[in-house]
Amino acid sequence: MARVGIPRALAYYTYFPVWKAFLEGIGASVVLSRPTTRQILDRGVEDAVTDACVPIKIIHGHVADLIGKVDYLFVPRLVSVRDRLVFCPKFLGLPDMIRYSITNLPQLIDIRVDLRKGRLELWRIACRVGRILGAGLPRTAKAYWAARSAWKELQARLQARQTAPEAFAEMCGVKTGAEKAAQTGPKSLRFAVLGYPYAIHDPYVSGNLVARLQSLGVEVVTADMLPRQILRQQSKHVRKQLFWTYSDEALRAGYYFYEHGGVDGVIHITAFSCGPDAVVDKLLELEAKRRGTIPFISLMIDEHTGDAGIATRLEAFSDMVRRRKERRRVS
Amino acid sequence: MKISFPHMGASHMAFRMLIEELGHECVVPPRPSARTLSLGTQYAPEFACLPLKILLGTYLEVLAEGADTIITTGGVGPCRAGLYAPIHYEILESLGYDCQMIVLEPPKYNWLDFINKLRIIKGRKSWWFLGRAIKRGWEKIKAFDDLERTLHRVRPRELERGASTAAYLQGLRIIDSAFETEEIVAARQAALDHLRAVPQDHERLVPRVGLIGEIYVLLEPAANLDIELMLGEMGVEVHRSIFLTGWTMDNAVRDNAGIKHGALIKEAAAEYMPEMIGGHGQDSIGHTILYAQEGFDGVIQLAPFTCIPEIVARSIMPAVSRDYDIPVLTFFLDEQTGVAGMRTRLEAFVDLLRRRRAEVKTA
Repeated sequence: MARVGIPRALAYYTYFPVWKAFLEGIGASVVLSRPTTRQILDRGVEDAVTDACVPIKIIHGHVADLIGKVDYLFVPRLVSVRDRLVFCPKFLGLPDMIRYSITNLPQLIDIRVDLRKGRLELWRIACRVGRILGAGLPRTAKAYWAARSAWKELQARLQARQTAPEAFAEMCGVKTGAEKAAQTGPKSLRFAVLGYPYAIHDPYVSGNLVARLQSLGVEVVTADMLPRQILRQQSKHVRKQLFWTYSDEALRAGYYFYEHGGVDGVIHITAFSCGPDAVVDKLLELEAKRRGTIPFISLMIDEHTGDAGIATRLEAFSDMVRRRKERRRVS
Repeated sequence: MKISFPHMGASHMAFRMLIEELGHECVVPPRPSARTLSLGTQYAPEFACLPLKILLGTYLEVLAEGADTIITTGGVGPCRAGLYAPIHYEILESLGYDCQMIVLEPPKYNWLDFINKLRIIKGRKSWWFLGRAIKRGWEKIKAFDDLERTLHRVRPRELERGASTAAYLQGLRIIDSAFETEEIVAARQAALDHLRAVPQDHERLVPRVGLIGEIYVLLEPAANLDIELMLGEMGVEVHRSIFLTGWTMDNAVRDNAGIKHGALIKEAAAEYMPEMIGGHGQDSIGHTILYAQEGFDGVIQLAPFTCIPEIVARSIMPAVSRDYDIPVLTFFLDEQTGVAGMRTRLEAFVDLLRRRRAEVKTA
């Protein structure tokens, strides 16, 4: 049985149950890299180009973690999955960056995913992966349907306000490496946490952000919990459509919350030197100023992010929001 | 309308002629300075790339001088440059400026939108008049590009330091004062002759370096700390991969129309980077390979700090450099980049190139 490695980084936080369902369906065994640790990050910093953002460095570390444990490495070249949006240029060049930065790699499954090509493209991609791993057509078809239902289940869980790692844990039994929230009682606040899933949900790099907020009595809502139609409706606020899938999602979710409320605060998680985020963050900040209704904070993560720094700012922010809310109730 | 636009090399002279001819007032953007950059840095997002900050600073300067309309270009991604205009607009709006921004998107994607915007710019003049005016402007930009290309060859060989730069500046003035197409053609020739007449030492050993990277920092000397001048005066012949005329034809009109070997560049890059990742990332890889094949001594990559496509290109560059045996030096430029640091690195790089030449000769 071929062992296929999936680095626990970037698009993993969006697609893992789907990939797992498909790959296991065609008879491969899926090996996941370990949760991010200092060693993995350090290895990534060593291999990746200095100017890359921390998520890109991290995936280099995860790839290195899988060397020697797998026969294939699953790092698809994600180009476009929705409308005319494309992924960040670093996703477009990811397989090339990995190939030329790390030595002794197993064979890469760097299949190009560009769904602008038509309705059947996803099926064709599935067939290509099937062929690489030596699965026949019937088996591929069955795995394809399993993957589709995994996707549907994942979306249903997200819309029921499960976070992605919670959903992954229940669907595939993945341990996140995150500390459990200390307080699981009723939540008195609700924050929208916007940003890329791979920045929010990697507990090492985000300083356990989600669990920490939950411990502070905050319910966390992320952009991937909003149904697609809602995000689509936000076009009216968008002066010019952003080019990048994740960024577009974050911005639209931000606009939605500012228009409809339903959250007490908005937190934008951004990575140091992230190109698209320079745009998203500014637009969110300007929108927050314009509306003046919901407090906004932007938190930056990088390879030196310390738990303490994140904790202090989250506590300060939630205290401020809580006091503001109480004052309003009184007056 | 009082119109202004971003500053890019010498092109402002051509744009000024065009705008004034159409009966508008033109606020000529000043050459970006430390003040421009600090204005831009103050209001732009921290991790916006250098061109976005310089452009924002320029806009703030020209708006203070009374401009009410800014003409700029758009883009279709995935490079951020395509989103500059909406970001700039929102920032200017939040600062209380009320200006009109005309964003020219590449006509090969949407002709109608392009025509509508031209209609605003042309005002009451006829389309025929606009066409002729654009043609003359284009002719001028072509002349500027030719003059610059010649400068790159003459400067490293000049006998008296600074002679070719002076001749170049005078050449710019000669071309700038021409108006009709025939005059521009004649002025171009006069300027080129004037520049070629600079006394030169043709026996000198001159390393040849290809300059690649992101378009704005390549074309705007204020953004790259006059790297071409620095290299030229170190006795290095520079070959820049992008000129405004070639790039415009290629990207705005039709693919691979302007660059002589546009398809060749993508083909060369395909082995390392099969995907068009936006900006000039793929071109940077392709150009490096072509420069190596043409026998250049080295390549210098210029990119703004946080420029995504160039970061991807940079991470593949060591493999290209090794496979094609060509030294590559990368500069990520931001508001902190200093002349002295850059000069030191350039001197070391040029020393290395000269030594490699010497080794080849003795071997």
